Amino acid sequence: MANRDQYIVEAAKENGIYIPTLCNYTGVAPKGGCRICTVRVNGKLSTACTTPVSEGMKIENNTSDLNQLRKSIIELLLVEGNHFCPSCEKSGNCELQALAYRFKIMAPRFPFMFPVRKVDASHPKIIKDQNRCILCKRCIRAIKDEKGRSVFAYRRRSSRVEVVVDSKLGKQLTDELAQKAMDVCPVGSILVKEKGFLSPIGERKYDLFPIGSDIENVTTSK
Amino acid sequence: MKNTIAKTIAKYHKDKTRLMDILIDTQEEFGYIPKQAISQIAEDLQMSEVDVEQTISFYHFFTFQATGKYNIYLNNSVVANMMGRKEVAVTFEQELGIKFGEVTADGLAGLFETSCIGMNDQEPAAVINNLIFTRLTPFRVKEIVRDIKEGKALEEMYHASYGDGENASELIRSVVSNNIRKIGPILDPDYKPGEAIKKIIKMKPEEVIEEVKKSNIRGRGGAGFPTGLKWEFCRTIEAEKKYIFCNADEGEPGTFKDRVILTELPGLLIEGMVVAGYAVGAKEGILYIRFEYKYLGQYLENILQKVRENNFLGKDIGGKKGFDFDIRIQFGAGAYVCGEESALIESAEGKRGEPRDRPPFPVRRGYFNLPTVVNNVETLCSTVKVILNGGEWYKSFGTTESTGTKLLSISGDCRFPGVYEVDWGFSINSILEMVGAVKSEVQAVQVGGPSGTLIGPNEFNRILGYEDLATGGSLIIFDRHRDILYDVVLNFTEFFIEESCGSCSTCRIVPTILMNKLKKILNARGVEGDLENLIEWGKILRASRCGLGQTAANPILSSVKNFRYLYEEKIQQKKVFDSGFDLNAAVKESCEATGRIPNI
Repeated sequence: MANRDQYIVEAAKENGIYIPTLCNYTGVAPKGGCRICTVRVNGKLSTACTTPVSEGMKIENNTSDLNQLRKSIIELLLVEGNHFCPSCEKSGNCELQALAYRFKIMAPRFPFMFPVRKVDASHPKIIKDQNRCILCKRCIRAIKDEKGRSVFAYRRRSSRVEVVVDSKLGKQLTDELAQKAMDVCPVGSILVKEKGFLSPIGERKYDLFPIGSDIENVTTSK
Repeated sequence: MKNTIAKTIAKYHKDKTRLMDILIDTQEEFGYIPKQAISQIAEDLQMSEVDVEQTISFYHFFTFQATGKYNIYLNNSVVANMMGRKEVAVTFEQELGIKFGEVTADGLAGLFETSCIGMNDQEPAAVINNLIFTRLTPFRVKEIVRDIKEGKALEEMYHASYGDGENASELIRSVVSNNIRKIGPILDPDYKPGEAIKKIIKMKPEEVIEEVKKSNIRGRGGAGFPTGLKWEFCRTIEAEKKYIFCNADEGEPGTFKDRVILTELPGLLIEGMVVAGYAVGAKEGILYIRFEYKYLGQYLENILQKVRENNFLGKDIGGKKGFDFDIRIQFGAGAYVCGEESALIESAEGKRGEPRDRPPFPVRRGYFNLPTVVNNVETLCSTVKVILNGGEWYKSFGTTESTGTKLLSISGDCRFPGVYEVDWGFSINSILEMVGAVKSEVQAVQVGGPSGTLIGPNEFNRILGYEDLATGGSLIIFDRHRDILYDVVLNFTEFFIEESCGSCSTCRIVPTILMNKLKKILNARGVEGDLENLIEWGKILRASRCGLGQTAANPILSSVKNFRYLYEEKIQQKKVFDSGFDLNAAVKESCEATGRIPNI
């Protein structure tokens, strides 16, 4: 049961089916960037976050080849950056980490790329750690100033793409917007300064329940 | 500076969707895009500075730093390499005293790499300050650098006669040659502008679409979508405005046939856009042209003006009241991915050329989310001939599945590279004979550019067509002394890495991993498992958002499939595992710094 104009991901969620997503964020137009929500629609690979449901659509989701694909994409993201969980503020609240656990990733099949990336601490309220950025664009899409201007943006293209912070707007960030930026970021790439480990490791979001299980364990009421 | 920039922004009505034009004009004025310009543009267009820089940093030809008075972009395509690029590159470096990516200390000249510039039939070729220099040799390079040091005007640096046809005309004056080797119904120079328009204004738009559908013509850019169907979809959608886009980005390496159409038959293309506009109900057309073809800019603007004066463009076309359609030219700024229709639209909206998720397709939600038909140059030209001679006539060429003719741009190891118009259904063998390739010497043919397939002699009896070997026109011939893995597969893989937009995970990461694996094999450190990895990991790319990502592994996958022996001969047959890690190389620098001898 689904509404017209709903994306597959949302329709599935309402019916107790979890399709893993990473770059998708409620309230923000989807961008199909991470490719993790890839499903097979009428035989063709599509991202569930950007494809609207329609009458008679045949959707494959929980197949072994789709899950293998998703697992490899998560592994790709893990080797593309430098994801060192043990010292990360986001550990336990991190969606990438939570997905890796869900897919039981022990070690990625791909060689680590060990890119040389910077930590940008030049802004008064936030730190942008490029080692952890997965280029999902959630911050770019969701964080705008009072004039609707983007605080975050891509720079360059191809494997050299990075997400940068506008220095003028970075200086004008309110505490509220800074916190929103940190919350919007699925990983530990955007962190609010001078706050750390307010909730201890072991009591964080995904310590309490595996990612997606909140959707799967809800019985449908339709 | 402030006033110049303000004038530029005002010229485009402070419209942020015209950011590409604002940036092109700004760079034309100052040689780069100064920080001050970025601030001013951001302020006036009500964007953040990083947002403006987001667009600038996407395109290859935009630059944040001051470059030279003369900027040399030498293309590094496979065919350029085959035709002696290496010696030319070394000579440029020696004569200028700088390496690629640098600018001379006195700011006189900058030397840069760039991807294929659409000149594979006359390589090695470079773009210098928007002018094309073809058939370069070390001798020619020395002449050019001498002229640069003497401060000569670009136009004075041509020492050869101008090219054939319109290349010699006053508004082009280029040394680029057309190399038209075989004409057919599309390239037929006996073309009378306006005849198709006179015909369509007596028809209903639906009838125009019916005729195009009857012809079974499919898109000539490579994707091959049925053109009549595309126009019909667009027509049926209710919207306040619709658009016709002509895709003249022609970025697929080895393709240069649209360059020739733009030069010799621009009127035919314009007429095709008008016909399309009439058919779907669009009043505006945008001709999106790759930046490397800027040398044709003035000439094309002049042609547009002439067509308007003849009343075949503009208001009340052909005398039919209410039939308005006009075209503006939009240049890109160096990005192969902008040849993808939704990325092209994004670029025309002033943004990065990042493809959109489909559905919805551009015919439903395109330019400004309005119904937009994006057609290749050759497709639009062909529809004019369909209207003039009928859909049935068109079906008399080609095969049942692939009707009509195809313009091929053929280059590489053959006597007569250039543009050939042939019926679909031609076999590769016939093509090799046609272009003067020595069949017994041909090792491989790349059909459809890097995103296509690499085939060997056992498949030369295959035919060109959507039912067998489809192509947007690019055909590159390799004879037996070419190193397929190193010269072709690695070059093509690096091309996809360079040109990826980077906005989807699979295409951003996998090609680099595959390239590293390929290099491991080429460095004699490969094992059988590495070959299996290439095949397995290449499949992940099928989940990419656009055609670039989905075909980025094709060079590797198709060469493993058709030329596996080339890989097998490099693989260490006795080893099961090799990390590929070179400890000596890894510690070389630190050992030299500390004066230690590696204990390996």
